[in-house]
Amino acid sequence: MARATPDIPNASMADIAFLLLTFFLVTTTMPNNKGLSIALPPPPEATPPEDVKIQERNMFKIQINSSDALLVEGEPREDVTGLKEEIKKFILNNGKDPASSDNPEKAIVSFKTDRGTSHKRFIELLDIVQGAYYDIYADQAGVTNAEFREAASDLTVPRNKAIYEKGRAGIPLNISIADPTKAGGN
Amino acid sequence: MSKFKKKAEVKQEIPTSSMPDVVFMLLFFFMVTTEMRETTIEVKQQIPQATQLRKLMRKGLVANLYIGEPTKTQQYGKEAKIQANDAFIDTKDVIRWVNEEKAKLDEVERDQLTVSLKVDKETKRGIIADVETELRKANARKLLYSTIEERLED
Repeated sequence: MARATPDIPNASMADIAFLLLTFFLVTTTMPNNKGLSIALPPPPEATPPEDVKIQERNMFKIQINSSDALLVEGEPREDVTGLKEEIKKFILNNGKDPASSDNPEKAIVSFKTDRGTSHKRFIELLDIVQGAYYDIYADQAGVTNAEFREAASDLTVPRNKAIYEKGRAGIPLNISIADPTKAGGN
Repeated sequence: MSKFKKKAEVKQEIPTSSMPDVVFMLLFFFMVTTEMRETTIEVKQQIPQATQLRKLMRKGLVANLYIGEPTKTQQYGKEAKIQANDAFIDTKDVIRWVNEEKAKLDEVERDQLTVSLKVDKETKRGIIADVETELRKANARKLLYSTIEERLED
C-alpha cells in the first residue's frame, strides 16, 4: 500500500519569510517612551500671586541666556563639570554653610532660561539638576541611581513604591522652571 | 606541479536548511515589537540626549506633541511649528487638543494623561514655554521631554 506522500514544497518558504521580514523591518519604529519627566505648576490664574519670601540662601540659581551661555549663582560658567556635585552639596547643606541652603525641604533649584535658549542646552542642564536629585534619592533609599529611576517609573509595584518613598522622604523635588525672559526675541 | 594538485574535495556549501527557521525567528521578533507609525511627522526630529531618563509605563496615557522646524521649509517656512496628530496646530489650539486627548481616555484616568514633548534639539525655548503655559491652563500637568539615552562613559 504505497501512499503518495503529501509534501508541501518548502523551497520558497524562505523567500516568503524574507519578504515579510523585509516589510516589517521597513515599517517598524522602535517606540521611545523615555525622557525627562517633570510636573508643571498649577495654572497661572488658579494660584494668586503670593509674596512668598524665599531667602537668597535657599535658592540655587541657574540662568541660561539666548546664546546658551550659563550663569550659575551669578557667576558665568564655561563648562558644566562638577555642577551636579555643587547642587547636591547645596541641597544637603542643612545649614552648615551659612551661604547655602537651610534644609532640603527649603532648598530650591531655580532655573531660568531665555526664549532664545535652545532646547538642547535646556535638556542638558535639566538633566544635571534632575541627576543631582535622583542621586540623593537613590543614596537615601540605598539603591543605585538607575534602580531608583526604574522604581519611580512604575509605582504600582509595592516594592518600587517603598523604594520611591524612602528615597523621597524629606527631600521634595524643588526644581522651579521660571517663565523665560524675552531678550533673545522669537 | 604536484604541489598545486587539486585539494581533496571538501564540501563548500553553507547549510541552508535552517535558514527559514532563522528568518522566521527574526520575523516574529519584528512582528511582535513593531508598531505602525500612525502619523507622518512633518517637523525635524533630532531628539536631544540625556542620562536621567524615566520610562513611561502606560502607553495609553501618553499623548505626543512634536515640535521643531518643518521639514518642508519651502511650504511652511523655517519657524518652529507644533504638530499634533497629523496637522500643525497653533499654541492657542493646545488646550482644545488636550481636551480631545483626554476625551479618548476613561473618565477615571483623565488626570493621568502625560504629554510627551518630542522637541527638536535646535528649537528655541520660547515656543516650548508657550506650549507649557497652555498645558498648565488645560490642566495637563504631567510632562515628559522625550530624550534619547546617553551612555555614560565610565
